[in-house]
Amino acid sequence: MTPTLQLFLIVSAALFSIGLLAALSRRHAIFILIGIELMLAAANLNFVAFWRFGPQPQPPTGVLVAIFSIAIAAAEAAVGLALVIAIYRHYRTTNVDKLDSLKG
Amino acid sequence: MSSWSVTNLWLIPAVPLVASFFILILANSRRRTAAALAILGQIAALALSITAFLPTLAAPGFRSVHNFTWFTFGDQALRLGWVLDPLAAAMMIMITLVGLCIFVFSVGYMAGDKNLTRFFAYLSFFSGAMLGVVIANSLLLLFFSWELVGLASYLLIGFWIDRPSAAAAAKKAFITTRIGDLGFFLGMLWLYHSSGTLLFYDQGRGCLENAGLLAIGASATFIALLIFCGAIGKSGQFPLHVWLPDAMEGPTPVSALIHAATMVAAGVFLVARVYPLFSLGAVNGVTPSLTVVVWVGVVTALMASLIALAQVDIKRILAYSTVSQLGLMMVSLGVGGVAAGIMHLIAHGFFKALLFLGAGSVIHGLHHEQDIRKMGGLRWTMPVTFLTYAIGMMNLSGVPFFFSGGWTKEEVLHATAHWPVSALPHYLMLAGVILTALYMTRQIIYVFFGSARSTDFESVRPREFHSGEAATTTENISVGRTGQRPVFRAHESPRVMTMPLVILALCSILFALVLTPAWPWLRAYLNGESTHVVFGSLIQPVILLSFVLVAAGIGFGWLTYRNAGETDPLARTQPGLFRFLENKMWFDEIYERTIIAFSRILSRLTDWLDRYFWDGLVRLFAGLGQAFGVLSKGFDDHGINAGVDETTSGTRGFGRLISAAHSGQIQTYLGAIAIGMLLLLVLYAWLG
Repeated sequence: MTPTLQLFLIVSAALFSIGLLAALSRRHAIFILIGIELMLAAANLNFVAFWRFGPQPQPPTGVLVAIFSIAIAAAEAAVGLALVIAIYRHYRTTNVDKLDSLKG
Repeated sequence: MSSWSVTNLWLIPAVPLVASFFILILANSRRRTAAALAILGQIAALALSITAFLPTLAAPGFRSVHNFTWFTFGDQALRLGWVLDPLAAAMMIMITLVGLCIFVFSVGYMAGDKNLTRFFAYLSFFSGAMLGVVIANSLLLLFFSWELVGLASYLLIGFWIDRPSAAAAAKKAFITTRIGDLGFFLGMLWLYHSSGTLLFYDQGRGCLENAGLLAIGASATFIALLIFCGAIGKSGQFPLHVWLPDAMEGPTPVSALIHAATMVAAGVFLVARVYPLFSLGAVNGVTPSLTVVVWVGVVTALMASLIALAQVDIKRILAYSTVSQLGLMMVSLGVGGVAAGIMHLIAHGFFKALLFLGAGSVIHGLHHEQDIRKMGGLRWTMPVTFLTYAIGMMNLSGVPFFFSGGWTKEEVLHATAHWPVSALPHYLMLAGVILTALYMTRQIIYVFFGSARSTDFESVRPREFHSGEAATTTENISVGRTGQRPVFRAHESPRVMTMPLVILALCSILFALVLTPAWPWLRAYLNGESTHVVFGSLIQPVILLSFVLVAAGIGFGWLTYRNAGETDPLARTQPGLFRFLENKMWFDEIYERTIIAFSRILSRLTDWLDRYFWDGLVRLFAGLGQAFGVLSKGFDDHGINAGVDETTSGTRGFGRLISAAHSGQIQTYLGAIAIGMLLLLVLYAWLG
């Protein structure tokens, strides 16, 4: 089976949906972070797939965008984890249901 | 046949890794399945290693590689590959065979542990990662596996996660080796920069072949030294040796695996693998980088064997003996005896695994007592352990003729004798031989001879004491010592633990057959030469010399420690020296006072900067903002308050209305976003 754009888009849509499901259904802040990372990975996969099957598939234009985005995702994950730790220290929990001090 | 085993060489590390994965997803209660899977994986890897080993016998200097492109980036292709040569084949057999014995031993040793499945998953992972290091034909692939070995050691040293000391030791091992790996990584980048490839052998274009070496030229010294940093960290050389003794916090089979088959062997193997980089531009077999290797090895070997003299933990003594033997191997590599170093590495793999498993058996039999001052007299209660341990001890001390360790140590000493730079390493290594024999004699006397020193071990009298001679002997000793009858609770370990000991002991003796000068098959095999049998060369002056040295070490040890009690004889005669050695020459304390203190000061400084400088700036702006706020409040209150109130109450009513939607539940918000996105998508599809 030759890889086609559709295939990649299906995989990426599936990845995104799994990530979304994780972000929506898990109660632990770190699992929500993991879900968000999965969604980011889906976006990156789209980047590379559209580049690869697009009109200008020369290296390394498309990959570079994805690599930048991965680097940013890594920074984001670090910030996210730091936030989780800070929240844990403050509230002694990482269950997001309990974290409702923004309630209007 | 040969091409099949080369292209499918990746199966050898893959099998244990896959086994590890399957064990990891097993339920925690499937203990038998986990052990069976791990052992089957190891047996399969051993069988594959043997099929890979056979073709290398065909011709001297056999080498076959299989390279492939991992990915292409622009016009740069990153290529990985594996190589099958005598070095890799010999290492694979040793790793899988020793690994198998350790796995089987673990079944008995870890029988009571509640996380047995996790343990076997990590063990398999460890073995697979190490096999990856051995077969890699690319420095990058080697580095991957190298880091996996580091990860596995972290997981296994800290296996008893509920012990703070184990967690600290795991962290220490990981971070200390990481310091060396930083050098390794820089060396790898530099190598890629100057030679354009990380493949070792690639039909003449690899970085260890002529064209590649020509391109590297003068920077080879720096590259080699940077790569050697990695080996220093992994193989516990001075000054990064501090993690190895602490790694004793892991279960004993792990110590055996780390000290014999994997991890520390990786550093020595790395130097042997990239040896052309070290020896590039050698004059008379000497290069600056090799000289550094020799002196690091000499310092490590002597320092560790001195420290081993004053340790009281049975495993720590063995740990320091490993450090010193690794130093010896480095010396051997540095003076040009690559084959001798690798031979000693393989022989060391067998007998050090034997010693560690023997120590594990002792610890198991004594219900997790590790202090040798509390042991004694175990030769009656644990006969199999005692005999195999004694064989391991003879190997480590370098007793010639019957023990592989003796012959390989011979080879190393022989190699150091002809180093043109200085004769000092040779004499220091000869002194190391005496020290090794001395501290091993001390340990074996404390553990197995005399009578039980600890009053804790008293309940069951073993059957042996009913036989005449044994009874009188121990009775005499115990009456002389404590005035009580000899009573022990210690017991011999089950068959599943003693069988690996017997097998390893046999290996370490039979292995000598291919090492002797009469038929130096292994050396010829590693060097790619052919060989034939010459019985006349069996007796050489250097053998007699080392025989005398070993005999002196053991004899002196026997005389000194024969009647040793709770206080060490060395502590009685030289208390200052003993304290110096007992505290491991204060390396941990020195590092604590210098490097760690420095980084602590640095972090305090940045903390201070953060707290006072940057926070000050932020506070300044905040103050400005506040002042402005006060100003505008005054303006609001007195200027435009009246008309605004009406608007405010309207807004407040509306705000109350929509605040209901703000539940504070982040996932409700997320769900709203997702639904909104979905609606937009539907709208988009609907309207075109």
